[in-house]
Amino acid sequence: MDAESLLLSLELASGSGQGLSPDRRASLLTSLMLVKRDYRYDRVLFWGRILGLVADYYIAQGLNEDQLAPRKTLYSLNCTEWSLLPPATEEMVAQSSVVKGRFMGDPSHEYEHIELQKVNEGEKVFEEEVVVQIKEETRLVYIIDQIDKAVAIIPRGALFKTPFGPTHVNRTFEGLSLSEAKKLSSYFHFREPVELKNKTLLEKADLDPSLDFMDSLEHDVPKDEETGAQRLKPKDTGPGVSRWRGATPWWCCAACSGQASPSTMLPAPRTMATSMWALVRRTWTCPSCYRRRQPGFLNTAS
Amino acid sequence: MGDLPPYPESLPQQPPSRRSSQASERRHSRGQAQPLAAGPEEGRQMPPDAQHNVPGWSQRRSLSQQESFLMPQAFQAEEARLGGMEYPSMNSGFPSEPQPQPYPEESRNQASQGTTSLILQRLQQGQGGLFQQLDSTFQEPPVSPLNQFNLYQTDQIYEGAQHGPYRRDDPALQFSGSELGFLQYSNEVPEPEPLELAVQNAKAYLLQTSINCDLSLYEHLVNLLTKILNQRPEDPLSVLEPLNRTTQWEWFHPKLDTLRDDPEMQPTYEMAEKQKALFTRGGGGAEGEQEMEEEVGETPVPNIMETAFYFEQAGVGLSADESFRIFLALKQLVEQQPIHTCRFWGKILGINRSYLVAEVEFREGEEEVEEEEVEEVMEGAEILEAHGEEEGEEDEEKAVDFIPKPTWKPPPVIPKEESRSGANKYLYFVCNEPGLPWTRLPHVTPAQIVNARKIKKFFTGYLDAPIVSYPPFPGNEANYLRAQIARISAATQISPLGFYQFSEEEGDEEEEGGAGRDSYEENPDFEGIPVLELIDSMANWVHHTQHILPQGRCTWVNPSQKTEEEEDLGEEEEKADEGPEEVEQEVGPPLLTPLSEDAEIMHLSPWTTRVSCSLCPQYSVAVVRSNLWPGAFAYASGKKFENIYIGWGHKYSPENFNPALPAPIQQEYPSGPAIMEMSDPTVEEEQALKAAQEQVLAATEEEEEGEEEEEGEETDD
Repeated sequence: MDAESLLLSLELASGSGQGLSPDRRASLLTSLMLVKRDYRYDRVLFWGRILGLVADYYIAQGLNEDQLAPRKTLYSLNCTEWSLLPPATEEMVAQSSVVKGRFMGDPSHEYEHIELQKVNEGEKVFEEEVVVQIKEETRLVYIIDQIDKAVAIIPRGALFKTPFGPTHVNRTFEGLSLSEAKKLSSYFHFREPVELKNKTLLEKADLDPSLDFMDSLEHDVPKDEETGAQRLKPKDTGPGVSRWRGATPWWCCAACSGQASPSTMLPAPRTMATSMWALVRRTWTCPSCYRRRQPGFLNTAS
Repeated sequence: MGDLPPYPESLPQQPPSRRSSQASERRHSRGQAQPLAAGPEEGRQMPPDAQHNVPGWSQRRSLSQQESFLMPQAFQAEEARLGGMEYPSMNSGFPSEPQPQPYPEESRNQASQGTTSLILQRLQQGQGGLFQQLDSTFQEPPVSPLNQFNLYQTDQIYEGAQHGPYRRDDPALQFSGSELGFLQYSNEVPEPEPLELAVQNAKAYLLQTSINCDLSLYEHLVNLLTKILNQRPEDPLSVLEPLNRTTQWEWFHPKLDTLRDDPEMQPTYEMAEKQKALFTRGGGGAEGEQEMEEEVGETPVPNIMETAFYFEQAGVGLSADESFRIFLALKQLVEQQPIHTCRFWGKILGINRSYLVAEVEFREGEEEVEEEEVEEVMEGAEILEAHGEEEGEEDEEKAVDFIPKPTWKPPPVIPKEESRSGANKYLYFVCNEPGLPWTRLPHVTPAQIVNARKIKKFFTGYLDAPIVSYPPFPGNEANYLRAQIARISAATQISPLGFYQFSEEEGDEEEEGGAGRDSYEENPDFEGIPVLELIDSMANWVHHTQHILPQGRCTWVNPSQKTEEEEDLGEEEEKADEGPEEVEQEVGPPLLTPLSEDAEIMHLSPWTTRVSCSLCPQYSVAVVRSNLWPGAFAYASGKKFENIYIGWGHKYSPENFNPALPAPIQQEYPSGPAIMEMSDPTVEEEQALKAAQEQVLAATEEEEEGEEEEEGEETDD
């Protein structure tokens, strides 16, 4: 959630039971301002929190002008001092995907993973056990990356793309109406499109290239039924809230242990469980807290 | 005489169906470009005036169309006569229709007198425009119309639908003047009750809503006739069918105004309405002061706001306004049910809706009524099963060929715990949102707990949703929810060491088989543990709910102990079951064990402790978070503590959830020679066998003959 509208967004996202204590909130507001100044970001988003055994990580992301460009991720243990995380590489992904269990809360903690590697010595082929050490920081990067790819969403119309390339925030976006908010097709993944190019020309003909340049949620597997969703009241809309929509899922997953089993990082079914309040509340589930929904899940996913 | 000939012609044109005829009649009656209709009506109009008390009215004969023509009119007038019925607005102004049967029996005579005036009134009301034409068109003596008038039958009069008077016909009333008024008053007959009753009955019948939708026949006819009367199509009868359909369609597809937006009936508005009720104090505002005094006393409703404040310090919990609404909802629950103690247990998130869970304890003796009903049902089922077994045995003995009996016996059902003990110590009420009614969850059975441990399903938010899983869960979502609540409570309800202590009566320890004491009470001397100490060591916290054994209960029950009924019936079958399986008694950690003895998850502590604010430790609160059940929190500060659960209702597992595989296919029957498959002998083999048998037979015969001959020879000698 945007640093400027942090308090409001926290109120709205409290339906899932996770929140911040007043001291954390206060310190967040202050420190995020400083981060924005120091790193010269256009926008700073509070991504969420990953719970660890000893300590919790608070994650923030900084964005520049282009919304879809890779974001810089920062983490902090006490909401006052922020450290930059390296961007995720494929090597990191491969390595960290084997680690399971909770986060420790100590960034320098190292997980040990035993791998069998084939070592060629002359003509013989050995299988040696190699202990691979994976730092928790790496794992953190990997997890954040996975969660972003899977669950970060943004409503349709909040961003638009210009012919020159960069995507901008749509200042005229006022939120979705009630009927639109109930549909999965009004939401996009907040990342570079993966499936867009696989669409047939017929499907693409209906899309508006300035608005529909990301993957829509409705093609995610497994399909899920629609649930009730609430309309944003006009006064709640605006740039802050639209971004909050995208930021909310990060909230939820942050409330969990932050672990994600990489082997089953299936795109989680989208659910919009809402409560019937005048303000919008949304709770999202992310793949890390959502394993197989039902035993039959396996069949549909495969 | 121009009127007479056309008159009879016009009537036969009317179709047999009452409604349409009346519809068309009314249009006729409106005098729309149909002087034909006008004529006969006027004709009829005069005779009633002249023959107000003609005895001929008493004749009741089957009706010609004319009567049906007059029926609605008569009816309307009757309404005016009765006086008690108000004319509501046009669309709903149907006078009630009596059932045809009772009416003629009851008040024929009155009706006869009444109808004339009714007709008169109706005619006058209904045909304002015609009055002007009266003089011009009325020519013939009203002989034939009168005769037709005589052909009254009241039971046909009141069939069919009718409109209330149209406003534009009200000017007609001015014409009626004193005559009408005179007639009205003189005919205010005593005994309107049977008539009224019949009328009301008929109206109630028509007002029944259809099964498929909310529309009732009454309303539909009102709509239809209004539409017809407004539009005045040329040939209404032939257009009737399509009009009927259009009217029905329009009911369900309201017209959208292109210029103005209809305000959306959003679900938020409905929800706000329901929650508004929460904010009004029960009992009305007039007794303000008295209520204030009563409420200041003890209520079982907990101080949610205080708890929410402390949890907020810990970074847990719902927002302030939601907490307040929960508080009001709990207050509502306390008012509705006989509750002794109440606690907000937490919130379980669901896919479509969430559940707010309240943990309550009823006052003594309040909840046993429902329990008995459930038990009776169960016992009935058991008895039926017993009978079934007996019959089965008898049948089998009679039959010569035994159907092989299955050797599989279902495992014995472990009885559930009594209410107010063990896993059923508290009652749980759930609701989806504050403001919605609270639903009580049933008690949990051990089988449900055992199954709940094997599956992992998200809650949809609807209590009657089925749980489709393997192994099949015995119950629906309400049962699964209750089972999860039981597991979470057993695992995560903790309190600082010393807050609870065992009561001093310890004599029961042996009787319970060493299962431990199961009751505790508050320690009045508890002085609180400093926050830092609470954080440091898990030994400062204890569980105050009983651990649930693998069996699914808190106290162990030996399943191989058979009840008396089973022993009587199953004696024959028991022989097969001999060799009682030795079931070990399951023992769990006793009450009030410290958390330091909890099992670890993958070498990690099952609990995480925090100080709520590291910057000001002197005012902060100790927070404990469960790693086993993500979402379970507890805080303690001084003498206060509280537990809460806000989460999805699932246990943490480092591995992904893999559902249980289905059981291996069971053996159908042991194979034996009787059912072993062998190839049939071929024809050659059979013949060879036959030949061999014949040879053997022939050989034996020869031997016998030989012997006989020898014997015969011997005897001969």
